[in-house]
Amino acid sequence: MLHISIKAETLFSLWGFPITNSILASWVLLVIFLVFSLYFARNFDKKKSTLVFFVLFMVNGLYSMYQSILKENTKKFFPLLASFFLYILLSNWLGLLPGVGSVTYKTAEPEVAHIEVEKIVETDAREEVVEDNHGVVEDKAVEKEGIETQTHTNEEVHETPPIPILRAATADLNMTLALGVIAFILIQYYGIAFVGFAGYAKKFLNFSNPISFFTGILEIISEFSKIISFAFRLFGNIFAGEVLLAVVAFLVPVLASFPFLLLEIFVGFIQGLVFSMLFAVFLSMAIAKHH
Amino acid sequence: MDPDGAKNIATALAIGLGAIGPGIGIGIIGGGAMQALGRNPEAESVIRTSMILAIAFAEAVAIYALVIALIIKFT
Repeated sequence: MLHISIKAETLFSLWGFPITNSILASWVLLVIFLVFSLYFARNFDKKKSTLVFFVLFMVNGLYSMYQSILKENTKKFFPLLASFFLYILLSNWLGLLPGVGSVTYKTAEPEVAHIEVEKIVETDAREEVVEDNHGVVEDKAVEKEGIETQTHTNEEVHETPPIPILRAATADLNMTLALGVIAFILIQYYGIAFVGFAGYAKKFLNFSNPISFFTGILEIISEFSKIISFAFRLFGNIFAGEVLLAVVAFLVPVLASFPFLLLEIFVGFIQGLVFSMLFAVFLSMAIAKHH
Repeated sequence: MDPDGAKNIATALAIGLGAIGPGIGIGIIGGGAMQALGRNPEAESVIRTSMILAIAFAEAVAIYALVIALIIKFT
């Protein structure tokens, strides 16, 4: 049966900090980004190349899209929104590259556990023979060994299958939750910066009449549900896409997953777009002056 | 009931019931977009963009159900 893990798996730990396969993928993406942007900055002043024109064309398209939402504030928020969009987009597409889910890495730990189990079973058998000879005195030791054997056999049952080295960063709930929390904090920050603390807090705590007091409570709840909806929408789409591709490739090994791959490229683009568009809409709502 | 069987039924119910609402929603959105397109054919690109966005929001609800189903199934 095919192996699907809902959480990112730990490859190794660095000073006690577990490095999962999705962290590794996000680092790879970060390096790609850095190299590409350095290359772009180096080539920008020179004779215009196709690459520079292509990037400018895409950035221009993104800018005019955000401009339809944020109007005159677009220049301030564009770097933030565009980097969210590009990071999510490339992270989604990285997970679709061949080899990202299929190159695996087998941890050596389960085999060691297996050997230990055998050894203990052997000693256990010997102890029992000893017990037959000496009677009550050895009883406690045997019991202890028995318990240890039990735990080791449990470990052996949970033998870890080989884990993929890379996994799309956005197919990990931690990553999308982090993006959602960053978006939430920035929305609050810019809301306070543009409207002022008193004006912004009035949206949530309003004692002028009972109806606006209760709508304020609802506003607080909807504010926090933004984090959850951001995180789960992105994670669910990308993870479901990976599961879909894995299941289709498992059922029909040849060619059948090709249309689904195209669908996933489209979904990855749409989800990056939806995340940054929603972020832009929430920002424009937060910085608007209320009456 | 056998726990594994209960798990499978719970998975199927979570995604099956969760897909009803988004299905209706996407149908309404698609229908609305078609009507808008019929009334105003030159606004196609604007209608298409906002239709895809709205469909993505409706679909997100189904995705929540799918996440729950996957959590039930694989943990």
